[in-house]
Amino acid sequence: MHHIIESGNVAAATGVKLSRAQVIAAYPITPQTPLTEKLSEFVESGELDAEYIPVESEHSAMAVCIAASTAGTRAFTATSANGLLYMNEQLHWAVGARLPVVMCVANRGVGAPWTVWNDQQDSMSQRDVGWIQLYANDHQQIIDSVIKAFRLAQTVSVPVMVCYDGYLLSHTYMPFEQPDQQKVDAFLPSFTPKHFLNPEEPGNFNTVTLPDIRPGVSGAIEPGYIEIRHNLHQDLRGALDAYKEIDEEFAQEFGRGGNPFVEQYKCDDAACVAVCIGSLSYQLRDVIDSLRQEGIKVGVMGVQMYRPFPDEAIVEALADKSSVVVFEKALSYGNQGPLYGDIKSALYSCSSRPRIQNYILGLGGREIQTQQLMDALRRCCSSPDAIEDTPRWIGLKL
Amino acid sequence: MAEKEYCKMISRSTPGPGDGGRTGSWRVLRPIIDNDKCIPAKTGKKSCFNCWLYCPDCVVSKTIPPTIDLEYCKGCGICAEECPADAIEMVSEASQNVEEK
Repeated sequence: MHHIIESGNVAAATGVKLSRAQVIAAYPITPQTPLTEKLSEFVESGELDAEYIPVESEHSAMAVCIAASTAGTRAFTATSANGLLYMNEQLHWAVGARLPVVMCVANRGVGAPWTVWNDQQDSMSQRDVGWIQLYANDHQQIIDSVIKAFRLAQTVSVPVMVCYDGYLLSHTYMPFEQPDQQKVDAFLPSFTPKHFLNPEEPGNFNTVTLPDIRPGVSGAIEPGYIEIRHNLHQDLRGALDAYKEIDEEFAQEFGRGGNPFVEQYKCDDAACVAVCIGSLSYQLRDVIDSLRQEGIKVGVMGVQMYRPFPDEAIVEALADKSSVVVFEKALSYGNQGPLYGDIKSALYSCSSRPRIQNYILGLGGREIQTQQLMDALRRCCSSPDAIEDTPRWIGLKL
Repeated sequence: MAEKEYCKMISRSTPGPGDGGRTGSWRVLRPIIDNDKCIPAKTGKKSCFNCWLYCPDCVVSKTIPPTIDLEYCKGCGICAEECPADAIEMVSEASQNVEEK
């Protein structure tokens, strides 16, 4: 076990190497590119015994991962922004087929107009495809999350996205601990999927299902589409417990983790909690420290698993607070921030609910200034009556 | 790790006639084998069977003469296309129904 100083993309690539991915297919897109370049270097040098398949598009990258995973191998890809959206149809396919593919998303704003800078609209807009979504706040969490993601994917037979902020994490350099290969091998053993292409046992996979159940060739009743989709949803809800256990085991072996769903900072005695996803939650820690010096009781909570939505952990963390401020680098256009809506929904059944304010910020890489975050939190803490159910925007220059 | 069973259901089936339901009802054109032209029927030898080999729904029997399970035959016409002896004719299902009545 040793520390290295590298970029977030290299942290992700190193996690993939330690996880012994067997098939990698990717198409380069900013800011994901250095990740796939590093993986191709690992494969070329023999450090990683994998098949690296260069493809002509992201749609094909996911198609290759689907095929490789159907054959029972550990498959990986990575993308950003419009590349992720070009995969969309295949994302639905991978999860419907219950394939344990792992993918990194270096979060980037979505065109049009073109932007290569960071926000989280790309992966947040994919929240309903059925993939598990993990978000990392720093390089250590990137490498750890990749390893845990492979374990989670093969445990529950659902593909996992590991998302981290483009440039802010993908291209910055930070020290992080690189886990020992032997320990990763013990944590992440090779596996045989429940369903895979096997000449000894021929099968048709994911052919047309009819609206109702029906007898198969052997006479046994086969599930219909709605049964298969219900089973997927149940397993995604079950993935919350599965990930909690995987995270606990990881913490025992590697000494890091223990906060699989949300990571709280100075929240215990806080009246007001700032909530966000990704690296912004660490930037907010400085804001919290400054506001605490002014005597304002605030904390910050980063949401690390967005799908399945950890509603119990969210309710436990927020129900007794007087106000909650959700900062988001994504927007459900024409409505509100997606995380804000999900948090409100989770709190609906609580007898006492905090007031909750939504801020949209940082879209297309607009700089998020510490002073802006302090002003927003001060406002919500000092005049809670001014909190309204309409997203406010930070840093707009109109 | 808790012993919960995941992924109890996917769409997985065994290849064979009837895998897609009673697909015979989809048929617009019906394949009719002329046993005077069909190679195995004519020679009495187990030969050719291109119709059996190419049928995507496995509804042609590898017998002398070959027979077609109309319960599941979708009438795609691949057998007629592949038959080297031109022994299979695709005829309108409507005309067949009229004759049956």
